[in-house]
Amino acid sequence: MSGIAQPKIAVRMTGVSKNFGGVQALNNVDLAVHAREIHALLGGNGAGKSTILKILRGVHAPTSGTVEVNGRVLSAHTPEESKRAGVAMIFQEMSLVPTLTVAQNIFLNQELKTGAGFIDDDKAVTRARALFKSLDVDVDPHALAGDLGAGQRQLTEIVKAISQDAKVLILDEPSTALSAHDVDRLFAFLKKLKADGVAIIYVSHRMDEIMRIADRATIFRDGRHIITAPVSELTLTSIIQHIVGRESKGLTGISRLSGKREQVLLELRGVSGRVKLTDLSLKVHAGEVVGIAGLLGSGRSAVARLLFGIDPVISGEVLVDGMPVKLTSPSDAIAHGIALIPEDRLRQGIVLEHSVSDNIAMSILGRISSWGWISAAKQSELARDRISALKIKTASAGAAVRTLSGGNQQKVVLAKWLASDPRIVILDEPTAGIDIGSKSEIITLIRELAGQGKAVIVISSELNELLAACDRILVMSGGQLVRDLDRAHFDPQGESDTERSMQDAEHALQRVLQEARTNV
Amino acid sequence: MSDVQITRRLPDWRQYIIYLGFLGVFVFFAVTLGHKGFLDANNLLNIIRQTAMIAIMAVAMTYVLSAGEIDLSIGAVAGLASVATAMGMDYGGVAFGILFGLATGFAVGMFNGILTTRIGIPSFLTTLAMMGIAKGTSMWVSGTKAIPILSDGYSYFLGGGSIGPIPLVLFWMLAAGALGHIVLRKTTFGRFVLATGGSETAARYSGIKTSTVKFKVLIISSMAAAFAGMLYAGRFQTGRFQLGEGDELSVIAAAVLGGTSLFGGKGTVIGSIMGALMIGLINNGLILAGLEFSQQLIARGAIIILAVAISQNRKQS
Repeated sequence: MSGIAQPKIAVRMTGVSKNFGGVQALNNVDLAVHAREIHALLGGNGAGKSTILKILRGVHAPTSGTVEVNGRVLSAHTPEESKRAGVAMIFQEMSLVPTLTVAQNIFLNQELKTGAGFIDDDKAVTRARALFKSLDVDVDPHALAGDLGAGQRQLTEIVKAISQDAKVLILDEPSTALSAHDVDRLFAFLKKLKADGVAIIYVSHRMDEIMRIADRATIFRDGRHIITAPVSELTLTSIIQHIVGRESKGLTGISRLSGKREQVLLELRGVSGRVKLTDLSLKVHAGEVVGIAGLLGSGRSAVARLLFGIDPVISGEVLVDGMPVKLTSPSDAIAHGIALIPEDRLRQGIVLEHSVSDNIAMSILGRISSWGWISAAKQSELARDRISALKIKTASAGAAVRTLSGGNQQKVVLAKWLASDPRIVILDEPTAGIDIGSKSEIITLIRELAGQGKAVIVISSELNELLAACDRILVMSGGQLVRDLDRAHFDPQGESDTERSMQDAEHALQRVLQEARTNV
Repeated sequence: MSDVQITRRLPDWRQYIIYLGFLGVFVFFAVTLGHKGFLDANNLLNIIRQTAMIAIMAVAMTYVLSAGEIDLSIGAVAGLASVATAMGMDYGGVAFGILFGLATGFAVGMFNGILTTRIGIPSFLTTLAMMGIAKGTSMWVSGTKAIPILSDGYSYFLGGGSIGPIPLVLFWMLAAGALGHIVLRKTTFGRFVLATGGSETAARYSGIKTSTVKFKVLIISSMAAAFAGMLYAGRFQTGRFQLGEGDELSVIAAAVLGGTSLFGGKGTVIGSIMGALMIGLINNGLILAGLEFSQQLIARGAIIILAVAISQNRKQS
């Protein structure tokens, strides 16, 4: 070895394999993470990232292989053991108890005590408030976790992990629900933790974040270890190649030419909602994809909930096909041909325990049944058709959705709503937490929907996704619509390199968003 | 921000509905039945005498429901423990009888816990089956006969006695309530119970052994039921399989009336005790009003449905 001092190894996982039933999720992989580093763990859906992290966290036991944390071999493979070893994890699928307050959640299983040995919730609130302040974020420690929005829940999870004085901190897609501003604060905080000697494992599908924050990266593909290298030696193209295993077409190759604007399908005239929205006016044409951009809390998702009849309209008019309609429940919205593909797919979109086929058929049971009897033949035909059209990777149509990867679960949600053949499709964060391959497939699908003459609204915090998918981008801030810009507005003059021009467009949109916030 | 506050405000006043309801029912009966002796100190103390056992079991049920489980076997376990205590006392004296009664409750709780957390049978089924087993056992060993308790000391302290006009069971109820309240609100065990019922996944990921938590609440519930059965035995100076029969429904209704969620994660011991007292109040009032038993059942059911409907935080679609 060279004369350079070897960095301290915080996590060493050697020859780890894991089988779930007949499926091999991990095949003899190694993962080594140094103290004082931010280590990116990358890979597509089903690459085995979540599995290896859950093994490190003690949620799963490995089928074979060893796990070592700070020189100590873990043998029991329980969450308690990992926790004692100093491993803390922020789970992608939220690990907060909805019925407890933010402060109670943060100190769950490490409760602060009074002198007499009783739980001291006041102290927990004070401590939580201080932690939030050190992260420079505003979350009410008294609020029930179940009442928080996704962004605040995510920040609470992070603070919970940090409060455990972790030696190894695992973040699985921590920025999904965060605005650009919150991500900056998170990164500043992670750098502080790193300087304090914490080893940080960072999982994200957002390559720009990896490039910004990570020191080294490990890439998995199909349950195998592909490469570990300093991020400075990797390029975006090479990372994507390693992840996808083939030449990636990324998001730049998607054609937006298919949409031809036809008649106005959906119109809002001075609509205010009980939640957030004030005086919203907009038109969406058939054959058009309209994006709604805005920072966290701008009212992006409130538009979706209002149009789908979940949040009530208190004034103004909603017109579908030029006719005023009342949207007081999701069934009204469905009757008017509106479909919502929700952000929180696990809670609102699908029944995880049910099969892929049952989920797809759920919203159109009436159409595939007669006299109350569901036609098995029709359902399996529908399922087969949708599974192949959307390239859903599943063992069979009868497999539980729980067994699918995140990207494929999202495709099942899409398939479910598209089965009802809606004319107006609203997608809220359609690619949250899924890999770049599935992402470009889903965006291509969105373009196809517009090509079929549907009016499509895409709500997203991912700017490149909006730029890749949309003909027009609306910018929201503080519950109001502040800008309405054609996609062409963001194209830089005289730039021929598509990769560069996408980057410039993203910068332009980012600027518009930041300006929108300061102007209100 | 603002919508967070709105959603928080609603459950805030609903949380206190049990107190408002209790007050409302009390005032209503005081006005309409005052002349029939509703307000007599003796009548009010009688309500306590009749509902203390329900209240004690409701304290334990608060834990079971908060942990996302249910225990349907408590009524039958109370009967079984009353028989076990009486027979134990007959065989080996008062202390032995008490120990034997408590041990019976512990054994049933262990059984429920093992079946639920180790084998994975839902507690609804485990305890439903246990209800029959416990009742059958107490009928069998007692030959369906009442077994007399001859110890006056036992009857005085456990169930029957009074200090002046104040029944001793009131103190047992207050002790159970205070202990239950503090443990649920102020100790890690209580917090683990609420976390397990609120989201078992989140609790497990926080390093909480949720199966141990469930095991313990089922044991607590059976022990409380056994203790209630021993109080019944002292009050009636006999051990009988019918003692406590059907109490599981009153106990669950008391807990839910008090604001404990059937779906877990939310529970209040004080609310459960108030719920038990309110059920006792309603029973007493309906009897004084001269309703027939059949009418009492209908009126009681309707009042409970009304109260629970008001106290439920209506689910957003």
